[in-house]
Amino acid sequence: MATGKPVLESRNLTINFGGHIAVNEVSCAFAPGTLTSIVGPNGAGKTTWFNLISGQLKPTSGEVLLHGEDISRLSAPARADKGLGRAFQLTNLFPNLTVLENCRLAVGSRDSMGYNFWSLDAKRQAVTDRAMEYLRQVRLEHRADYVVSGLPHGDQRKLEVGLLLALEPEVFMFDEPTAGMSVDEVPVILDLIADIKKRQDKVVLLVEHKMDVVRSLSDRIVVLHNGELVADGDPAEVISSPVVQEAYLGIPQDEAESA
Amino acid sequence: MMHSILSGDFPRSRVLTGLLIAIFIGLALGPFLFGGTVAFRTMGLICVFIIVVASYDLMLGYTHVVSFAHLMFFGFGAYGVAMALDAMGSNFTAIFVGLGASLALSVVVALLLGLLSLRVKAIFFALVTLAIAFAFMVLVNQLYFITGGEDGMRVAVPRELGPAFRMDDTWTGFSLVGWLWGVITNPLAVAEVTREAFFDVRMNGRLLMYYVTFVLATGLFLFMLRLVNSPFGKVLLAIRENEFRAEALGYRTVYYRTAVVVIASMLATVGGVLFALVTRYITPESTLDFELAVFVLLMCVIGGMGTLYGSVVGATVFLIAQNYLQDLLGGVSDWMEAMPLLHYVAGLFGADRWLLWFGVLFVLSVYFFPTGIVGQLRTWAAERERRRQGKAVAEGETAEQTG
Repeated sequence: MATGKPVLESRNLTINFGGHIAVNEVSCAFAPGTLTSIVGPNGAGKTTWFNLISGQLKPTSGEVLLHGEDISRLSAPARADKGLGRAFQLTNLFPNLTVLENCRLAVGSRDSMGYNFWSLDAKRQAVTDRAMEYLRQVRLEHRADYVVSGLPHGDQRKLEVGLLLALEPEVFMFDEPTAGMSVDEVPVILDLIADIKKRQDKVVLLVEHKMDVVRSLSDRIVVLHNGELVADGDPAEVISSPVVQEAYLGIPQDEAESA
Repeated sequence: MMHSILSGDFPRSRVLTGLLIAIFIGLALGPFLFGGTVAFRTMGLICVFIIVVASYDLMLGYTHVVSFAHLMFFGFGAYGVAMALDAMGSNFTAIFVGLGASLALSVVVALLLGLLSLRVKAIFFALVTLAIAFAFMVLVNQLYFITGGEDGMRVAVPRELGPAFRMDDTWTGFSLVGWLWGVITNPLAVAEVTREAFFDVRMNGRLLMYYVTFVLATGLFLFMLRLVNSPFGKVLLAIRENEFRAEALGYRTVYYRTAVVVIASMLATVGGVLFALVTRYITPESTLDFELAVFVLLMCVIGGMGTLYGSVVGATVFLIAQNYLQDLLGGVSDWMEAMPLLHYVAGLFGADRWLLWFGVLFVLSVYFFPTGIVGQLRTWAAERERRRQGKAVAEGETAEQTG
């Protein structure tokens, strides 16, 4: 595991939905250059925890620290400005705009040109060029002029990842990026995630169900169950730990070993 | 050149281009092509409502902010200038004071509304705006000692903008509709019909006011077209499509929403000022009524939401229907009265039933053209283009195979 000062820290993060504690006292710090997978059964609170970190939800108690600064009270856009980038589990795009327009919006948010009332957007060639570059990375350049709502599901998933890349964040948060993708599309996305990790200065968080993906990419695995952090450590160790195997992943030990 | 005037946002349909050119020429040369006071008034209203409907579309069609308070800002303008003229006398200073004061009031109220949308979302926001607009209307009705209450206010425009101001001798107009009607009904007497089609156009202050309105409507429309094609406009679209995601990308959507409400409200205020100066008489019914708010919504929807050109087409179609459907229906009704059996249903086609028939037309148009006139014309044009390309590709393939 790469060491270094943690960029992002979740300190005792807790959220309480009318008595139901979805995330309970989760503490965890993430260093640059590491890829951490978050696993756990459905309803374990993985996505809710992500929402607390990226600002879609505000915690009941606890803090989110970015470079030591408490950002728990900041709005989602303010956190995005500070370098927290998020891709969503359920595809969450601009359905009646084209693929290129979607990506241009992500690129454009970095240069706060949105308050420009007068210049012609279409003439911002640099934004278009950069957007096309990200579309190329997720193999969508041939779809640039397609309207998103008409795209196959797999392509929408790729665009979801493309938007996150286009944001150029410091912290990449992927929420099941390959869910619903066809088998031959998955490696493209996994290679992209591996590339981000290789850049050494980024924090990558990945929620993923496919254990082979988790095992091959992760530097570290965090296991959530019923909103609590129950295991945190080296992938091989965590996966083989009998507690995690039986109680939290629901895979009998012998089956997991043969897989 | 055309590219920068239209901000690169072309009509993208040949029929629509033709329609827009016809409307533009019709309004530009209107006083010389259509005689009569009804036509003159209708053209003035079309210019005013192009501004009001287009600015409403900025909120409704481009950002998905549903507000029923848009006409309140229109009322700020209309009453602002009327009251200023009343208090300060009929001069141009009063007009600019009225305009400035109502714009200032609009900015403040629109800012408050925009910030309110931070807390109150979607349908609840719409309901709150309805309540605010209603409160303002009640206020105007009650403060009769300054607003004239339900009786309304005469707008004492400066002499230069009224009928008494003569700039030149009368010019000659040529009544297009009258001539066409004459040629169709009496084709043998073309020479006489042509002679009768000429009419006098008085070059007076009202005509000047009409052209001020026309130029402002054109300018403000082009400004809005530029706005929706700017980076700012693209963020508005992102908010319309998926506000949650726009925030996750780092756009502070409440700022953008507030900005668009402020801009649209200021434009509506200018529309209100022009309305007061063109019609020279305002009442709560003609400026603030809930029915009028629904009409603005209808114009926006009929023309095509989210396409600014739709507001031009929508306002024109609606106002022509409003002013002439009654005459048409009256004619149909009279004809039916004289017919056996048909006279039983003649009442259905009475002139005062125009709203019923307009409603039927509206339901049918929304059912068959959900994207409005402009949206449908663009879809057809795109389909034709695709078919043409498909054909070209198919032909290319056959040529390859045979060659």
